[in-house]
Amino acid sequence: MTKANRGARAYSAGATPYLYLAPAVVLFTLFIAAPRGYTPDLSLRRVQFSGLGLGKKSRTEIFVGLDNYRTAVADGEFWAGWLRVLGYATLVLALMLGLALVFALLLDSARVRLARFSRIAIFLPYAVPGVVATLLWGFLYLPSLSPIHGTLRAFGFDNVDLLSPSTVMFSMVNVAIWGGTGFNMLVLYTQLRAIPRDYYEAARIDGAGELAIALRVKVPILAPALVLTTVFSIIATIQVFTEPMTLRPISNAVSSTWSPLMKVYRDAFVTGDLYSAAATSLVIAAISVVPSLLFMRLVRRQAFGEER
Amino acid sequence: MRTKRLRMVMSAMLVGALAAGCSGGGQEQTPQETGPVELTFWTWAPNMDKIAAVWNTAHPDIKVTVSKQAGGDEAAAKFLTAAKAGNAPDLVQAEYQMLPSFVAAEAVADIKGEVAGVRDQFSDGIWNLVTLGTDGVYGLPQDSGPMMFYYRTDLFTKYGIAVPKTWDEYAAAARTVHAKDKSVYLGGFSSKDPGWFAGLSQQAGAQWWSITGEAWKVGINDDATKKVADFWGGLAKDGVVDTQAPWTPEWNAALNGGKILSWASAVWAPGVLSSNAPDGKGKWAIAPLPQWSAGENYSGFWGGSSIAIAEGSKHKQAAAQFASWLNTDAKALDLLIKEAAIYPAAKSGQALMTTAPEYFTNQADFWQQATNIAGTARGFTFGPNVNVAYSAYKDAFDKALQNKSSFTDALGAMHDATVADMKKSGFTLAS
Repeated sequence: MTKANRGARAYSAGATPYLYLAPAVVLFTLFIAAPRGYTPDLSLRRVQFSGLGLGKKSRTEIFVGLDNYRTAVADGEFWAGWLRVLGYATLVLALMLGLALVFALLLDSARVRLARFSRIAIFLPYAVPGVVATLLWGFLYLPSLSPIHGTLRAFGFDNVDLLSPSTVMFSMVNVAIWGGTGFNMLVLYTQLRAIPRDYYEAARIDGAGELAIALRVKVPILAPALVLTTVFSIIATIQVFTEPMTLRPISNAVSSTWSPLMKVYRDAFVTGDLYSAAATSLVIAAISVVPSLLFMRLVRRQAFGEER
Repeated sequence: MRTKRLRMVMSAMLVGALAAGCSGGGQEQTPQETGPVELTFWTWAPNMDKIAAVWNTAHPDIKVTVSKQAGGDEAAAKFLTAAKAGNAPDLVQAEYQMLPSFVAAEAVADIKGEVAGVRDQFSDGIWNLVTLGTDGVYGLPQDSGPMMFYYRTDLFTKYGIAVPKTWDEYAAAARTVHAKDKSVYLGGFSSKDPGWFAGLSQQAGAQWWSITGEAWKVGINDDATKKVADFWGGLAKDGVVDTQAPWTPEWNAALNGGKILSWASAVWAPGVLSSNAPDGKGKWAIAPLPQWSAGENYSGFWGGSSIAIAEGSKHKQAAAQFASWLNTDAKALDLLIKEAAIYPAAKSGQALMTTAPEYFTNQADFWQQATNIAGTARGFTFGPNVNVAYSAYKDAFDKALQNKSSFTDALGAMHDATVADMKKSGFTLAS
């Protein structure tokens, strides 16, 4: 097809493409762009009361510039929340992706039995909604009802409190791994199935065993998929909310600001300060982008073979 | 060319349908329209739809539709958000402590003119909760939660303790019981229930908020409350009261299995006990709360709510009519008691309570006792940021329990957070 020809076709389509686009554009504007525009707007205001605040006209919305941002950034509890999430995210990323990779490699190796069953069994928890999964585990963490504590006692660990300040994070990590490993495993496994079998044949002829094939052939080819799952997992774990929120009512060790997103929730829906919540959520968005971008930059060359 | 036109038409239809979908449902009924007035009512009381159906049959011109809500902090947040967005319900169930923040957000209406005739139906203490000590009336009281002491008669005998008349006796009994069996507690301290702590503080004579002239005075760390915090702090530190989070399956099991022998709770507790501790049926009894000094007789309130009318409602008059009927009419009160298991705030409603709850078959005079205790309950004015104070309570006391640190400091943190928030919001504070 020549260049002129292509141009003529585009011209003849007229307004039609735009009409087709319109629903998507309208929906995007209404539900994504507009709220994103409204959040910065909210974040620059707050409510000011006068006197007792009970009479008419004692409540006004005022413009406060960057005050809400200053308060958000100056709050020590906000950064303590980030620290907790950092610890949580590190553990989840390492363990969940490590397990996902091991499972994917095992399932892909020729010798495994019950492959189909194992695949589904590992994937199934992903289909359980986060709140349900956390409630389920939460009840298992409570001593008098749980088989976990019976098992621990049998091994000589008496009175282990799985919801105490020192253990509650690991309890959350456990829920996240249980729910997330299957999905990541499936992504990696799918990628593994797409590798031509000839590569392994060639490696075997060169004298490589299963382990060497896994480490020297499969893992390097998996790199793009690993990058993808890591970036998704980074984003998901630093936005952790469901697990601590659901465990909070049954544990004394989870504060209302345990993770940065929980602070946003508390400000917006418990103490009714939408303005601070808007500012804090924008700060969180800005911070969340950083580790993902850093990671992408770090691995771009190795994973995608791009030039810098 | 034909196909192009067809394509255009189809795309236009798609866009049109979408636009229609977005704009639908926005019509508001204007008062001039004929036909019945439609009212929406947000409540978490069980079976309220059945009670509204009785009203609807008798009043074909005012139709009330009940929308069942979840209670708790989220209910208040949801209403405030809806009010801000301009689609609040006409009527809303509002816990007494949330009413001031609803008023401050201009989300509920002053209905003084609409409910002029009902004042005499309520005691002064309860009426004060809906006027907030001002000239306005911001809701009609529906139920109240005077606090009393629930205890297991059989296990009190087993452990050889008497019903504590004072908090000192309570502390001694708590130590006795826990010394006899490490897995058993006389009662618990809850860092998850700020309303419970508020009720106990009211009993001690606290005034967390008060209005002096045109200024708020915050007294969350006043002497009365400090006394309450110190008392529980001491027991928690020694490990002789249960400090686990209540309202969990674990807590239910302890309550049901006789590991917790008593509960300082409110008049609505029979409903909780019968569903969460079914095995205790016929074994629990009630008594007045332990007192701070022998010879005193006080209680406080835990919970209770009013029915408020949204500032944005287009039918305030009709909504007020319904709210008045619901909370003062003899038939409605009877329905509230039987269908919604509510302890009505109206004086005439309390007289209707005759048969003891099924769970308390062993205590025939349950309601006489409860009514006597209710007469001794004292409340306090709630401030405009109870949500902030309550949220701070949970965080501060959770932390104090974990670190076994001072409850007085936790109370101080709660006080400071509340004052700081009021200052930031611009409320005038008395120095």
